[in-house]
Amino acid sequence: MSNLVKICPVAELPVNLGVGALVNGQQVALFKLNNGDVYAIGNFDPFSEANVLSRGLVGDLQGQKVVASPIYKHHYNLKTGECLEDSTVKVPSYQVVVQNDELYLAV
Amino acid sequence: MRIVMIGHGMVGHRFLETLAKKASVPHEVIVLAEEPRPAYDRVQLSAFFSGKTAEDLSVTPTDFFSTTGYGLQLNTRATHIDSAAKTVTTQSGDVIHYDKLVLATGSYPFVPPVQGNNREGCLVYRTIEDLYAIQETAAKSKVGVVVGGGLLGLEAAKALKDLGLETHVVEFAPRLMAVQIDDMGGKVLRTKISELGVGIHTERNTVEIVDGEKCRHAMKFSDGTSLETDMILFSAGIRPRDDIARASGITVGARGGIVVDNFCRTNAPDVYAIGECALWDGKIYGLVAPGYQMAEVACTHLLGNEDKQFTGADMSTKLKLMGVDVASIGDAHGTTAGSLNYSYIDERNQVYKKLVVSNDGKKLLGAVLVGDVEAYGDLLQLKLNDMTLPEKPEALILPASDGSKPVGLGVDALPMSAVICSCNNVTKQDLCTAIEVGVMELGELKSCTKAATSCGGCSALVGQVLKCELQKRGVEVKKDICEHFAYSRQEMYHLAKIGNIRTFEDFIVKHGKGDGCDICKPTAASIFASLWNEHILKKPLAGLQDTNDYFLANMQKDGTYSIVPRIPGGEITPEGLIIIGEIAKKYKLYTKITGGQRIDLFGARVEQLPVIWKELVDAGFESGHAYGKSLRTVKSCVGSTWCRYGVQDSVGFAIDLENRYRGLRSPHKLKFAVSGCTRECAEAQSKDVGVIATEKGWNLYVCGNGGMKPRHAELLAGDLDSETLIKYVDRFLMFYIRTADRLQRTSVWRDNLEGGLDYLKDVIINDSLGIADELEMQMQYVADTFACEWKEAINNPETLKRFRSFVNSDEVDNNVVFVQERGQIRPATAQEKAGRIAVAEV
Repeated sequence: MSNLVKICPVAELPVNLGVGALVNGQQVALFKLNNGDVYAIGNFDPFSEANVLSRGLVGDLQGQKVVASPIYKHHYNLKTGECLEDSTVKVPSYQVVVQNDELYLAV
Repeated sequence: MRIVMIGHGMVGHRFLETLAKKASVPHEVIVLAEEPRPAYDRVQLSAFFSGKTAEDLSVTPTDFFSTTGYGLQLNTRATHIDSAAKTVTTQSGDVIHYDKLVLATGSYPFVPPVQGNNREGCLVYRTIEDLYAIQETAAKSKVGVVVGGGLLGLEAAKALKDLGLETHVVEFAPRLMAVQIDDMGGKVLRTKISELGVGIHTERNTVEIVDGEKCRHAMKFSDGTSLETDMILFSAGIRPRDDIARASGITVGARGGIVVDNFCRTNAPDVYAIGECALWDGKIYGLVAPGYQMAEVACTHLLGNEDKQFTGADMSTKLKLMGVDVASIGDAHGTTAGSLNYSYIDERNQVYKKLVVSNDGKKLLGAVLVGDVEAYGDLLQLKLNDMTLPEKPEALILPASDGSKPVGLGVDALPMSAVICSCNNVTKQDLCTAIEVGVMELGELKSCTKAATSCGGCSALVGQVLKCELQKRGVEVKKDICEHFAYSRQEMYHLAKIGNIRTFEDFIVKHGKGDGCDICKPTAASIFASLWNEHILKKPLAGLQDTNDYFLANMQKDGTYSIVPRIPGGEITPEGLIIIGEIAKKYKLYTKITGGQRIDLFGARVEQLPVIWKELVDAGFESGHAYGKSLRTVKSCVGSTWCRYGVQDSVGFAIDLENRYRGLRSPHKLKFAVSGCTRECAEAQSKDVGVIATEKGWNLYVCGNGGMKPRHAELLAGDLDSETLIKYVDRFLMFYIRTADRLQRTSVWRDNLEGGLDYLKDVIINDSLGIADELEMQMQYVADTFACEWKEAINNPETLKRFRSFVNSDEVDNNVVFVQERGQIRPATAQEKAGRIAVAEV
């Protein structure tokens, strides 16, 4: 069973942009899209070995919601954490829960 | 096999290139060259006086001889050929054996046998050494005369004009360019050149040159008149350099020239002659294109293949003489029996066009064009391919009455054998073959076929062939920038402009699909910035920006940022330096001087950016836009204020330019430079916009590039005053912003521009599209609405909220680790982070 960790009010997240969060010492990248859906994946980009994914541009490619790493421009699926350019690479993805306008992460 | 070649000019070099490409086994090659440097572009000599250097004119890649293994002996004059023993003797007495010998000795300028023709300051115009002599003499002269009003003579006159001399042309014949154009064309050309302030004296036969009263010399003419001048350039035709052949018993023509057959063979076994020294069918070809053909024929034959022959060459020419377009095709004088003329003259705009057609009106025999040579490409193809003329041939030279373009023949009608680029002998078939294997861009087509890479006159035609062939192949030339927008960047720009679109949401709903991506979002952001110039971190715009623009800083490999305050023109006070130094010290930043003459501060974490910038803004600094696809810097040398050679205040002008164009968003980054004199210490010719001071003002260069594929900038206009220069730069930049692809630097944009530099000049200087006012107005709007992005950001609490590592914590990224090196920080390596090496905390 995973624990729900409270992050912040959903309203704190800017639309169509990422923000970083620190959850039990782990860095997470959170993204709130146009329709209000929130996604969470690891903030660490394995190609640049830097915590930068929360600072990437979000969008969609071939029907998948993605974020582009700002350093070497790899794309990661926001739902699964899979890298579109290299199927052997995957960053962690987290379940997101919204309760009473507060955002929780399942870790 | 040992191949010896005497002479290393353009044609000789073409022979070597062909040999290197075609020979299946390596051959020993020895080139004996009389001049002190390898082959250079003799056709473009006058460019030397408008800013090109001897190096720029070179046609020999620096590694050509090292990679081919061919031997080049410079300053080595061959003096004798023993065709029985198969040896060449050099002036130093070396005797070199050959298996095959190629004579590519070229020609020398004809100096009329006039008394006094060897006086001081009487020069010729042929080699780079001649150019140095001309430059030196011109420095102590006020008036210069060119003897000879032909093609080369007018080129030489341009050189004197560029050197700032009062210039005259003296011609024996009744008109200029007597060989290529007729009386009417000569008249129009004369008017045009006279208007440029060049004195034209036709029907003058110089009898002697004596001491002048006001000038160094006085030229006395047979009609009793005279002309005073300080220097004289003889450019009255060329003569073949056949002396070594003549002295060695190889057959030469009665009026000179080494006699060759269709394989370019002389009468001596295994001895070939090519280019201007060769006499084929009683003719000397004084143009480079036939020389290139000879080089290829001789090389093919020498390698044992007889499938290529030289059977004469077309002497049609198109050129720009002192800014005047002139072209001549085939039988320009209508000497063919029964030929008929069509002619069109517009004395107000000084345009003259003439067609010479066959008696039945079906075939084009020749043409003359002065002042407007747009029809040249079509007419030349009609002539060369012996094609049937359209029913009303006059339509080919008449301006269309409804303002549309005159009818052309359409490239589709050309046979595959049609030579599109005569300088490099590239046929339509060659272009189609390249297109067949996947070339889809004009720039790429040019570089892989070499078409339009010499004189560039066929550039538009090459572009038309490409377009037509791609269409025929059903290739949809996809310029879609990504899966969300089925448009090129240029189309997106116009959609946004016309539709007054200011947000990405509006844009994608109206013209795209899906959510967008990291390609189309920054492109839209850049277009909005160029058009509307709103703060890039305003709410709907912020989410479109790449991380660099979003945080107004440059992300480095470890996720930290670097900071670049603007230092216009590279000028900074000691106080400014101290403040930057103190800030760097306080926040423990790594500092480095950039190539653009400013200071880059590295190692700032996201949450540090606003506090650091607050201090910089308070001290009077503003954003340097190093993070944006926008104007970076205007580099400058110290200029006339301090430098003993400087002729203009380059620092002052660089600051003006930087302040005008700061913050301008464009398809890619833009770099400028201003040099205070021709020594060019600011390296302006490697910049998107380069400005070089002259005695009279500024020369404006555009579309240069350093980087992966360096490209020299090209002269757009010369001797401009500051106001006109800024006008041209306004127009140039806005035209680029409107039409370039995403992330396309000005250099690549220019290489892909149909019509090339001439077209660009037309749009910028002559306003051929009628958009100059609009472009200037748009630039003025951007300049007027400029605001420092950092100043706005630090004063906006909403914006400031974004500068934090974590939404739920004030901790910092513990993966950012620095170590000390040479007294400053640098990012720790993975091993250092893993703790295998002791890490110094900072």
